Amino acid sequence: MIDPAADAGHLLSMRDIRKEFPGVRALDGVTLDVREGVVHALMGENGAGKSTLMKVLSGVHPAGTYSGEILLAGAPCSFGGVVDSERAGIAIIHQELALVPQLSITENVLLGHEVSRFGVVDWGATHTRARELLRRVGLDENPATPVSALGIGAQQLVEIAKALAKRVRLLILDEPTSALNETESQRLLDLLGELREQGVTCILISHKLGEVVSVSDEITILRDGRAIETLTVERDTDGTPSVDEDRIIRGMVGRSLDRRHPEPIGEIGPVRFEVVDWTVDHPTQPGRRVVDGVDLHVRAGEIVGLAGLMGAGRTEFAMSLFGRSYGRHVRGLLLKDGTPLPVPDVTAAVRGGLAYVPEDRKTLGLLLDDDIRHNTTLAGLRHVSRYGVVDQERETVEARRMSERMRVRSHGTAQTVRTLSGGNQQKVVLGKWMFTRPELLILDEPTRGIDVGAKYEIHLLIRRLAAEGTAVLLISSELPEVLGMCDRIHTMCEGRLTGEVPAAEADQETLMKLMTRTGDRP
Amino acid sequence: MNQTTSARTGLGALLRGNTRRYGMAAALVVIVVLFQILTGGLLLTPLNLTNLILQNSYVLILAIGMMLVIVTGHIDLSVGSVVAFTGAVSAIMLTSWGLPTVVVVPLALLLGALIGAWQGFWIAYVGVPAFIVTLAGMLVFRGATLAVLGGESIAPLPPSLRVLAGGFLPWQGEGPHLPTLLLGVAGAGAVVWIQWRSRTRSLAHGLPVPPAAVTVVVSAVVVAAILAFTYALAERNGLPLVGVLLVALIAGYSFVMRSTTMGRRVYAVGGNERAAALSGIRTRRTTFWVFVNMGMLSALAGLVFTARLNAATPGAGTMFELDAIAAAFIGGASASGGVGTVVGAVIGALVMGVLNNGMSLIGLGVDWQQLIKGLVLLLAVAFDIYNKKRVGGGSVGPVLWRRGGAGTGGLDRDAQGGVGSDRRTAPA
Repeated sequence: MIDPAADAGHLLSMRDIRKEFPGVRALDGVTLDVREGVVHALMGENGAGKSTLMKVLSGVHPAGTYSGEILLAGAPCSFGGVVDSERAGIAIIHQELALVPQLSITENVLLGHEVSRFGVVDWGATHTRARELLRRVGLDENPATPVSALGIGAQQLVEIAKALAKRVRLLILDEPTSALNETESQRLLDLLGELREQGVTCILISHKLGEVVSVSDEITILRDGRAIETLTVERDTDGTPSVDEDRIIRGMVGRSLDRRHPEPIGEIGPVRFEVVDWTVDHPTQPGRRVVDGVDLHVRAGEIVGLAGLMGAGRTEFAMSLFGRSYGRHVRGLLLKDGTPLPVPDVTAAVRGGLAYVPEDRKTLGLLLDDDIRHNTTLAGLRHVSRYGVVDQERETVEARRMSERMRVRSHGTAQTVRTLSGGNQQKVVLGKWMFTRPELLILDEPTRGIDVGAKYEIHLLIRRLAAEGTAVLLISSELPEVLGMCDRIHTMCEGRLTGEVPAAEADQETLMKLMTRTGDRP
Repeated sequence: MNQTTSARTGLGALLRGNTRRYGMAAALVVIVVLFQILTGGLLLTPLNLTNLILQNSYVLILAIGMMLVIVTGHIDLSVGSVVAFTGAVSAIMLTSWGLPTVVVVPLALLLGALIGAWQGFWIAYVGVPAFIVTLAGMLVFRGATLAVLGGESIAPLPPSLRVLAGGFLPWQGEGPHLPTLLLGVAGAGAVVWIQWRSRTRSLAHGLPVPPAAVTVVVSAVVVAAILAFTYALAERNGLPLVGVLLVALIAGYSFVMRSTTMGRRVYAVGGNERAAALSGIRTRRTTFWVFVNMGMLSALAGLVFTARLNAATPGAGTMFELDAIAAAFIGGASASGGVGTVVGAVIGALVMGVLNNGMSLIGLGVDWQQLIKGLVLLLAVAFDIYNKKRVGGGSVGPVLWRRGGAGTGGLDRDAQGGVGSDRRTAPA
């Protein structure tokens, strides 16, 4: 059967793609058409299903684990793995780069595609081929340089060259500019335009509205696992696009903001915690400031947002505050109710009333092979033990109580945490820190990778905690979350606070401007 | 919510969550019964039971320490050499220096602890992988043993030391060995009391408990086993002193690992070191002390082994580390850390011990013994991994074994570096 879409010049057609994970429906009948020779942007909030859709396309989720149909240039495909999709000319560049740092640029670019005779690599010819590819991506480096010596922007270009080496027809870039600075980003976007001229079709996943509007020909908006709409971007003679950022946000958000986040409930009290001139150096690169002179305060019952792009130093700030869990030469003062609170280690921080819910629950938050009960009490064992002996029955009771309060869906507190869904795992981590009875709760991306329903529940829990008088510092890359949840928002960029806005007066645009304000450093 | 509201949990759920533990205990029973039949009843005679304890005492001691090491996610290859070295130094202190046994035993344990501290320092504070540190230790302490012994054995040793391996509970009277029987009854009573106490406390808190029949049956089986075992021993010389030592170690370490914050820290460090650190656990200190403990238990095993051999020899303890490691893995420890129980390690060591003893009794050569033991290790861990993929449910086991989740054995722990996604900063 020849799909009519193929006649319309579509390189790729994905039809009615459905994909479920335990407890989450990630894709709920997505249809995506991409014309040949365009830059097609895929927009949506975190958890909308963009990455999952691309994993289906590239064979990371092999055929059979999803339903629906994929047509490449009109021909149906079913990929059993990444190797199959690469053979068909699809390459994906993930947020985490897949380069071997110890190997040279050439070796990385042509890994598995070396020019060889009878298995013996012809290094001369291989370098020549690599140089040619580097020229196509505009990277002016000696191909013998080890990749570890390159900056992140250059590494990204090496990744793209590597994709070109596989004679790619469809290049997928998953948030390629999130770790790049302004110049590097612009260079990458220009490259996308050049690749389009060379006949390579690109799918760009990005959260940065400005760059999407400037470079894309088509924009598909995903929301809650569905494709909401596809916009075609026309440009008039002076290059002004026919679609603007507001139009995209409208599509991404879809609902009015005030209904997506629970209403504030309690009163805001006096200042509980204050951070003065907090400065942190990079742990392995002395002298490089990751956090630079941060001053902020959080009141009882207040939710203060910390917005910033990836690499802004928000996690580093939070972890260094939490008992110096990050960095070296941590300097600065933490005041609790006006008196200095020394936090030389995590134990002191926990006793001082701090709790840090880490961004990456699996590697930093949970004992995955242990049960809900032991995870819940781990940081607050002193509440269920005497003379170092744990009262196990009381522990179980407390863990059950906390699970109910956090609305963890499980067969009981003896269930292994690994077997819970992401949202429920996150609730266990939250419960673990609730159990320490914190006075300052630092939440680092508390709803990343969680479906919309669980997200709302977690937001509600955060609101309730604030209503009980807990001071909350909320780190989030999702601007709607920051805007919807916080009373006051700080923006951070390159280790410095760049602005402070009451949530009532803030919007995405102001925040984004403040988050990217790098120029005015003294 | 799906929280169990009834105060009872079905037998099915109980077994599902504990396949591993019951599986290995059942395997032990099967092996015992099998060899009891194959040897025409020789296996469970009082004499052979005494031998089983004496032969396996040092491996059991090492297996307990090794379980802790493996739970923290490390390994110790040096224990065999440490056994030899501490044994040799003890023998020198006893014979050349003429020190009394009551002085030598604590000194030997201290020496073991110091060796453990040495290795723990490199592993916990410098960050050298335990595999490397203890491989070095294996060579260093074997060399040190040869050096202090000058390549010769020291024998015989004073009777005051030999009591450690050959002594029995004192009893002068007629008939069966009364202290042994009393200890057996006391032990059985303790098991019943612990089960009953946990059950009533759980019920008082409104927590789910296994059906009463299950608790009764489990308790009855354990009590019967303890009584039969002690009665059999009482028919001969009674319980060996080293048996008393073992019971105390097993009970003590089980309690520490299961019920104390210290035990929790060990599991947490092995389960996810970075999450443990962010929960206020001093992970390096925990790792350090686990190795100190291993060193001390190695020294204890060294004393028992030297006493049993009545000699300190340069080749003592060779391959003991592998027996201890195999026991821990057969007993359900996970190679990636965070999972394992003391009772599991003991069962693992007993499986190996009974296999050894039984195969020797039926006259199977060492060649076949090694081969079969190797396959048992492989199958036990494979069974484990298979199970882990299949079940993920909870566990409501008998109190003595209860610990953590059901699955073990996986090697799929996330091993990412840096701090979450903010780590993607360019190298300067």
